[in-house]
Amino acid sequence: MPSKTFKGRPILPGNCEGEALVSRSGFNTLASFQKSVILRSKKAICSDQNNADIYQKEMTGKILCIPQTIGSTTGGLVLQTIAKIGNGPKAILFSEHIDSLAAAGVIMADIWGNHRFIVVDQLGPDFLSSIEQGQTLKITEDGTITIQ
Amino acid sequence: MQLTPEENDILSGKKGEVLQKVMKTVVTYGETFGADHLVPISGSPHLVTSFGANTIKPYFEMIDELINAGLTSKENFTVDPRPMEYDKLNPGFIEKIAFNLIFGKQKDYEVQLKKLGLKNKNAFTCACYLPEVGNIPVKGDYLAWSESSAVVYANSVLGARTNRNSAGIDLMCDIVGKAPHFGLLTDEGRKATWLVEIKTSTRPNAQLLGSAIGMKVMEDVPYIVGLDAHLGEGLNPTTESYLKDMGAATASNGAVGLYHVENITPEAVEQGRSLLNPNYQTYLIDDAELAKVYAAYPILWSITGIRPDYVFIGCPHLARLQLENWIDLLVDALQKNKLNKVSVPVYLFTAPDIQEAYINEKPDTYQALLSHNIHITTICPLMFMNNPLCGKKPIVTNSNKLRTYTTARFYTDPEILNIAITGKLPENSGGK
Repeated sequence: MPSKTFKGRPILPGNCEGEALVSRSGFNTLASFQKSVILRSKKAICSDQNNADIYQKEMTGKILCIPQTIGSTTGGLVLQTIAKIGNGPKAILFSEHIDSLAAAGVIMADIWGNHRFIVVDQLGPDFLSSIEQGQTLKITEDGTITIQ
Repeated sequence: MQLTPEENDILSGKKGEVLQKVMKTVVTYGETFGADHLVPISGSPHLVTSFGANTIKPYFEMIDELINAGLTSKENFTVDPRPMEYDKLNPGFIEKIAFNLIFGKQKDYEVQLKKLGLKNKNAFTCACYLPEVGNIPVKGDYLAWSESSAVVYANSVLGARTNRNSAGIDLMCDIVGKAPHFGLLTDEGRKATWLVEIKTSTRPNAQLLGSAIGMKVMEDVPYIVGLDAHLGEGLNPTTESYLKDMGAATASNGAVGLYHVENITPEAVEQGRSLLNPNYQTYLIDDAELAKVYAAYPILWSITGIRPDYVFIGCPHLARLQLENWIDLLVDALQKNKLNKVSVPVYLFTAPDIQEAYINEKPDTYQALLSHNIHITTICPLMFMNNPLCGKKPIVTNSNKLRTYTTARFYTDPEILNIAITGKLPENSGGK
């Protein structure tokens, strides 16, 4: 099967390769990471029962593919915390413009915690409909995503 | 982004390494959203992070770094409610142990807040804009607030300008005294992309209405027409309380940061339908639509149909007028039913300044309320239910926000009153 590429805006650029974890509806950061943050578990399992795509799926080390984040304005704080614990995804890819909660979280983790999530946004609506759970994605620092 | 020479000096590190990181955070955040410059924050700050949860260690380390560098908020601030108030809401022995574990850093964090510029000991409320609390921005003020219910109130009812920021960014902006100019801070960002027509037979339940609007428009700006037929024109304390609750529901079921209400909210009064973008969408809300929204609320109790442990009223915190109304309703209902006590303990959540004033002004009535098993507390009911042991309890509420984030079951005000008095849940109501 030929590979397919998408080009977005690299907000926190980087190169990596990994397995896609796809939420086609808004990703509720607090609801998804609440349990793993409270338990400080090595592996973060999605605890958002309202998200049928990824509920009870492992998020650690994955490439999280979402439209935007939703929910509590403590969402940024949660991202900053999982960056420190080290049980978060390695990259977050947004089909839409990054939202203010996610932006705050990843920027603060980068500046205050020296932990970089690779973040690319504005990949377009086709991006999410083109990926299947578990597919391998390659990210390059210019914001190019290749579905392999 | 165009920065002033002073801002550039901070960004280049001339005013210290930690302040440089603060400015870098604010500028990077702004540039992500295409902000062209920073604007001075002109209203008082309000922070969302009020809880000393053991889990958010990186946040406390960041605060220590700020304090050690001698940095504070430019102005004193208010902050969201505390998670615990054992003398007013005793959760039980084991639950207390869990609370003390979850929020083990509460005392230390309150010391940090004081050093950063906490307004006073009563500054803990999500409704900081209530007159008794006094953190009331004026129309046109630039802010960097983050509590979602306060953001939507400040923008819509007060006409101030704040984006829907995340925890942490609020503090960063307050330290430099500047906010990036984008989104709801701009005239363009305050234009409505939805026309919401209210065509209900009676005054719609504020929580259900907000819920319906939030789920439909998500993060967009709605221009609401037809509500003045039920609320009257202009603002008054009753309308403000209604809009407080409606707005909180729009912000929790969607991500609404601003709404306009025709003939009521300040910008709609001034600019009318010129606030509507030409290509707006329309959403009609009638009795059937609200009934549909209510019926679709999921019931998350493991066992349904049981007597609730608590009735929670006041998320966001109750205004004084709302507190008095609920007390009158409950006491009247007890008298009519010749009862001394409510069947389910009732907790009314309000700001510390309001609680303190009520107890001081009406000490006898307050004692009578306690004997009726009616309590006034200042904590956040959401944080109460974040304790896994409390979250499992069957709790009913008239707050859509509390319902959205917890297992609490939503009922309308008359239903809530009836549950409190009889202990019985209404049939064929309260979601599915």
